[in-house]
Amino acid sequence: MLSWVWVAFLALSLLCGGMTGRLAEVTAAMAEGAGQAVTLLLSITGLMCFWSGVMEVLSRSGIAAWIARALRPLLRPLFGDAARDGAAMEAVSANVTANLLGLSNAATPIGLRAADRLYTVCGRRGAPDAVLTLVTLNSASIQLIPSTVAAVRASLGAAAPFDIMPAVWGASVVSVLAVLSASRLLRPVYPDCEREMEKRGRK
Amino acid sequence: MDGLTSAVAPLLLAAAGVCALYKQVDVFPAFLKGAREGLQTAVNILPTMVGMLTAVYMLRASGCIDLLGRLLSPALTLLGIPEECAALVLLKPVSGGGGLALGSEVMRQAGVDSYAGRVAAVMLGASETSVYTISLYCSHVGLRRTRYALPAALLGDLAAFTAAAFFVRLLF
Repeated sequence: MLSWVWVAFLALSLLCGGMTGRLAEVTAAMAEGAGQAVTLLLSITGLMCFWSGVMEVLSRSGIAAWIARALRPLLRPLFGDAARDGAAMEAVSANVTANLLGLSNAATPIGLRAADRLYTVCGRRGAPDAVLTLVTLNSASIQLIPSTVAAVRASLGAAAPFDIMPAVWGASVVSVLAVLSASRLLRPVYPDCEREMEKRGRK
Repeated sequence: MDGLTSAVAPLLLAAAGVCALYKQVDVFPAFLKGAREGLQTAVNILPTMVGMLTAVYMLRASGCIDLLGRLLSPALTLLGIPEECAALVLLKPVSGGGGLALGSEVMRQAGVDSYAGRVAAVMLGASETSVYTISLYCSHVGLRRTRYALPAALLGDLAAFTAAAFFVRLLF
């Protein structure tokens, strides 16, 4: 997928540059872009490391476990029958907590474990709604402190790098609600074919 | 509101330290471990950033990004998303590193505290690399069909981008 995107970018820039007669600028941009990427990354690495460290302390301090416990009753209704499995819901709430705290290194392995457990609970066939709910929930962002973006803003000399937080929270809540309601509304449009056939076979 | 926002990050910092000491966690080694993981993340995305930012620079120099902005601007105006963020709307769901590279460029060019610059920042902070996330999870579990996952996730991204522009207008 990314290979296609990248090659399309390069081809498009040559095509557009050729048509507008800016091929010299395109070539110059190639040299500039590579250097700028390193400059940008170096300037945000400090704050990224710092917040990653703080979040590690936070997750060991017991706050993460507390948040996970508080979230569980909220998450349970989203997962239907699969929510009866304690181990699955524990992994799901740990995944959401890690996302919330921006521990992306921890969130993905826990999330994958949660998805696996949910799939097992649902009988390992078809594409169960419980698994897809977790997947779509992870495709929306629910980060409390958008530290990477704040680091970029700081490196560009923003007056208050973190002042975008309320807007990020608002937009995140909207997107999570949108994802969850879209999943719910689209369920009948995309039926779980394998399970439907099984049910019919049993009748 | 402003005071509250600027207090959130330091408050969280203090809370983390106090709770960890109370729980008798060795705070500084824990911090170092986390910071090292942050460094690892940065190192891991560097090659993506080099590839993507170079492509973005070339696209912009060729005039392609401006053209795309002009093409999409009627639809984006309807949602209140600034024209400068047009390419970001398309790239972010596919590539996290590419989104970050392009978003940083929008912030730099339009001005980090300008309307478009802020919208770009909020768009980055409030959305995930959906297409990548779905393919990662579904291939790990072994789902052959993903049913509504992709359309629902993309609708969520569109909602995040529209809401990003809305909240920036509302709050700044």
